[in-house]
Amino acid sequence: MSILIDENTKIIVQGFTGKIGSFHAQEMIDYGSNVVGGVTPGKGGSTHLGLPVFNTVKDAVKETDAEASILFVPPSYAADSAMEAADAGIKVCVAITDGIPSHDMIKVKRYMRRYAKSEKMTMIGPNCAGIISPGKSMLGIMPGHIYKKGNVGIVGRSGTLGYEAASQMKELDIGVSTSVGIGGDPINGSSFRDILARFEEDPDTDIILMIGEIGGPQEVDAGKFAKENMKKPVVAYIAGLTAPKGRVMGHAGAIVSAYGESAVEKVELLKESGVTISKNPSVIGDTIKSVLKG
Amino acid sequence: MDIHEYQAKKILSDFGIGIPRGGIAYSPENAEYKAKEIGGSRWVVKAQVHSGARGKAGGIIVCNDALEVARAADKLLGKKLITNQTGPSGKIINRVYIEEASDIERELYLGLVFDRGSECIMVVASTEGGMSVEEISNKKPETIIRSKIEAAVGIQEFQAREIAFNLGVETGLISRTAEVIEGCYRAFSELDATMVEVNPLVITKDKHVLALDCKMSFDNNALFRRNDVAELRDKSQENPSEVYASDRGLNYVGLDGNIGNIINGAGLAMASMDMIKSAGGEPANFLDIGGGATPEKIVKAFKLVSSDEKVKVILVNIFAGINRCDWVAEGIVQALQTIKIDMPLVIRLAGTNVEKGNKILKESNINYIEAHSLKQAASRAVEALKKIEVK
Repeated sequence: MSILIDENTKIIVQGFTGKIGSFHAQEMIDYGSNVVGGVTPGKGGSTHLGLPVFNTVKDAVKETDAEASILFVPPSYAADSAMEAADAGIKVCVAITDGIPSHDMIKVKRYMRRYAKSEKMTMIGPNCAGIISPGKSMLGIMPGHIYKKGNVGIVGRSGTLGYEAASQMKELDIGVSTSVGIGGDPINGSSFRDILARFEEDPDTDIILMIGEIGGPQEVDAGKFAKENMKKPVVAYIAGLTAPKGRVMGHAGAIVSAYGESAVEKVELLKESGVTISKNPSVIGDTIKSVLKG
Repeated sequence: MDIHEYQAKKILSDFGIGIPRGGIAYSPENAEYKAKEIGGSRWVVKAQVHSGARGKAGGIIVCNDALEVARAADKLLGKKLITNQTGPSGKIINRVYIEEASDIERELYLGLVFDRGSECIMVVASTEGGMSVEEISNKKPETIIRSKIEAAVGIQEFQAREIAFNLGVETGLISRTAEVIEGCYRAFSELDATMVEVNPLVITKDKHVLALDCKMSFDNNALFRRNDVAELRDKSQENPSEVYASDRGLNYVGLDGNIGNIINGAGLAMASMDMIKSAGGEPANFLDIGGGATPEKIVKAFKLVSSDEKVKVILVNIFAGINRCDWVAEGIVQALQTIKIDMPLVIRLAGTNVEKGNKILKESNINYIEAHSLKQAASRAVEALKKIEVK
């Protein structure tokens, strides 16, 4: 097993016919993801990359039974597309888009409260690399070949830092059950804690790597959750030890504005929760190896 | 994006919030004229820079006649104001705000921010206006009132009224104070703000509720739909390298060290900086060139990083995912044909086609130090720096 997606997950691409959407749709197909079509309003009825194009997500779901979608929609339309996916019954939606206004994300999250828990879409991102269950399916923009299949769950904010970790692990012959990028924005669809809860339930995941950074309360909340509710070990690395206070470090959410949001404070608070810390980014693989050996 | 006090006050006024009479001035003569135009017998001359704590830094001067106003403006204009928020280089004062002095009875604190934990807009208020919110939470935490506002429905009158009563505002001024809180909320939500802070919000002796100082920040991601806000940007208040970078699609933050960084991805950039520190060095900057890492972007990145006089060594760390190391290597070689870098250069490539990429770099005539891991990249950059320092 794996979390969120596997080889059977039927995927549609929102913003399918655009340049970026087309490129990554093809990459996902080449990886083996079960892409069944896409949505571009106004281009319904046509064919793209050999797959059907629909005007609305509802049409796409009706015709293809799609359960997952990935958004390559410009920031000004992305929130609308996410709500459209939620309303059409999509179960997992990955928003790759970088630059969605925070007020729009708050609106999306508030909108989704209308659905009962069993009906509610899981949104991943925005401003993220997406999800990969190695050897099964990729719903994202990562280079699939750097992930080896295995028993470590990864959840992180950053794309390239996640790749760094996965490739360190691969060199040590450590594999990944699923890797989830929750994105670098201050308001996101799923939190570290949400993903940890899923990994705890997944029989194929034995240990979880959490790659956090400065800003916001989510890493510390996840640590508390792990202490109170999880049996599986959690390893964490927090980026941004050298980041100055009050400055945005690339990701809109990477800004220290309150106590507990700096890297040093997060590391201390996570240690108190029993999380094993990778002291620097070059020993992420080694730290996981030592925890796996027990 | 931050704006000036006078711009923020204009916005408050547009949302129905009382502000003291005032005007902006660009020269001492202009300031004197404004003071006379405003009228009265006491004025405050306020340096307009993007920073709080201006009073302690000498950026706010109380004057008792119009000539004093001119002298105060002369003292401030064209100077750099160094506050505990601007860093040691300070920020240039290009304009001053002349305002009628208010007779203050009470000073309150009012702030609105995004609360990331609850994903709501949070109103924070205190009876201890005039101090920074950090100071209040250290010294008088019991005075802080917090109220979560559900963004979908907005602030309700009862919520604003509750805050006003909790602030101990006298009965006759409750509805006026509540209107101020509601006005701040509307400004926050209608203009895509990320922070609105009125500090102090004062009650004057003649029973007016006035915003005496105001700071606002806006969501850069929403500027595409907020022309009125976007045009308030004042680049003179930003670090020139950061302006250069943001105009070219690069994400740059200047720091105090001497090892320059060129990295793709914000997380990897922070991690590389941490690695430099752990190897005994200090990063000179944060720089995320984004996923594309095209030759054009690499040229711009080299120009930007090498223009920083502190930089003695440059570290390039690219994890090529969808883009490939051989493309990135070609980009670096092309970049170094356009721009001359006469300092040690450490390059670490990783990811797709890494062997091909390293081969291209080796076969080119560029002078660089190869690294194969994050750790090696950082330690080799620090070694290179030590060699220079020995010389």
